[in-house]
Amino acid sequence: MVTWSRFNIASIVFGFAFLYLPIVLLVIFSFNESKLVTVWAGFSTKWYVQLLHNQALLDAAWVTVRVGLISATVATVLGTLAALAMTRYTRFRGRMLFSGMIYAPLVMPEVITGLSMLLLFVAVGLDRGFWTLTLAHITFTMCFVAVVVQSRLLSFDRSIEEAAMDLGATPVATFLQVTLPVIAPAVFSGWVLAFTLSLDDLVISNFTSGPGATTLPMKIYSQVRLGVTPEINAVCTILIGIVAMGVLVASVVSRRREIQRVKDEQAAFAL
Amino acid sequence: MSKFGSAIFNRLVIIIPYVWLTVFFLAPFFIVLRISLSETAIAMPPYLPVFNLADGISGIVEKIGQLSTANYEFLASDALYTNAYLSSLRIAVVSTIVTLMIAYPIAYSMAKAPTSIRPTLLMLVILPFWTSFLIRVYAWIAILKPEGLLNQFLLTLGVIDEPLIILNTNWAIYIGIVYSYLPFMVLPIYSSLEKMDHSLTEAAQDLGCTPICAFWRVTFPLSLPGVIAGCMLVFIPAVGEFVIPDLLGGSETLMIGKTLWNEFNSNRDWPISAAVATILLLILVVPIMFFQHAQAKADGEGK
Repeated sequence: MVTWSRFNIASIVFGFAFLYLPIVLLVIFSFNESKLVTVWAGFSTKWYVQLLHNQALLDAAWVTVRVGLISATVATVLGTLAALAMTRYTRFRGRMLFSGMIYAPLVMPEVITGLSMLLLFVAVGLDRGFWTLTLAHITFTMCFVAVVVQSRLLSFDRSIEEAAMDLGATPVATFLQVTLPVIAPAVFSGWVLAFTLSLDDLVISNFTSGPGATTLPMKIYSQVRLGVTPEINAVCTILIGIVAMGVLVASVVSRRREIQRVKDEQAAFAL
Repeated sequence: MSKFGSAIFNRLVIIIPYVWLTVFFLAPFFIVLRISLSETAIAMPPYLPVFNLADGISGIVEKIGQLSTANYEFLASDALYTNAYLSSLRIAVVSTIVTLMIAYPIAYSMAKAPTSIRPTLLMLVILPFWTSFLIRVYAWIAILKPEGLLNQFLLTLGVIDEPLIILNTNWAIYIGIVYSYLPFMVLPIYSSLEKMDHSLTEAAQDLGCTPICAFWRVTFPLSLPGVIAGCMLVFIPAVGEFVIPDLLGGSETLMIGKTLWNEFNSNRDWPISAAVATILLLILVVPIMFFQHAQAKADGEGK
């Protein structure tokens, strides 16, 4: 029996208080009546109402969502392929370089990634805007998808794939009908992760975006530089809400899937 | 036919992501290197020479001759840049150590938590990681301001008589980095501790080791892969951090990510920013390769 000491409980409580207190305070002050974000003056939702009339902000939100949806979807396809390549083919020419290109973007300072992608777009003569932004987001988020899917593939029982192939299924059919259903929860959480990363990104977006393609974080950043206002708190609260909901849905879906899988396996053994 | 199809499928699985990453991730670094050897010009793109296939081979050869290391000589001669690199490294090292000291007890306690609540705890650590970096850094401004929530709280308690000046100092940067990167440190340490066999520490204690000695001689060494991964995940991005020094730091704070951003966005000096990025990449290439190696090894063991 492992005991949970007072020290353990204290570390967890303090750790989580540190992680969550700033976010909680930010959310609370988005409902502040006063324009000051440090003095409480009563409950109000007026900042949210004001948001609805801020056309520039709404436009930015729309750009952000579109970039997020497109880039997360493409990144999920590419990242899943990359994960397959990493786990299934342990030796091919340039595998070291390949795994380097998967892991390096995870830690690469964003200023470097952003600048280098921008210079690529300029060098090939692409006009900066919505599509360059989307390309950049696909590139840096696909590596996160690859890592998430890879960890699922590593614990995947390959014998069922071999069985399908022995029964005459083509590799594509095997992948679509056998592998994909099993790794679907990981692919889905990869998509959600890619979407939120795209939604949140400031630095890479700032380098690779152009006129007419201002994202929400870029807009928030330019307003934050002018000072802290409850209106920004309100935008942030909405974003936090969306992300929290997405993560919650993703975890419920994957837990349901897991329960279903265990049930199916038990049923199969019972036969 | 099926064999042929299978060969093509296998090839495509590797080739598509490979080509994508080569074009959009690897190739740009060579462009950065090349532009760092150019000179600034008032044009679009704002540097010279611009290579053009229409020049023919002789034209390109002539333009290669125009490339120079003047930007690097400039970086080396101006103490501002050297100081920015050094101060970024110092800030990143200190924050990594502090993050480790805060994250380890959390990860350790999570790994010892009852199995039933572990998924919830894990979820709670991951959640802030999904929330915008910008928002989390922004949240600290209202807390750390001279008339901010922390100072109000401490003044009410009577701990201090006058507001502490934290915002726009290096203290705020340390707080920002530790706070933002904490989940990156907790997660790998937790996953290495969770896999650990508890009978090992029990065995050590049975053999006469005190709990503290068992921790340092058994638990901690076994969690080292997680500690190393966590340190890399914090240190490498922290060196090039931009948002935190920009929003929380003061005007006297030098960090190279901020310098690069200003050279590019305010001074519009592309060649100098490219040179700054190249040096930063050279500094980080060893830690990045180390991280990749450790990560690939950990994934290999998972098989």
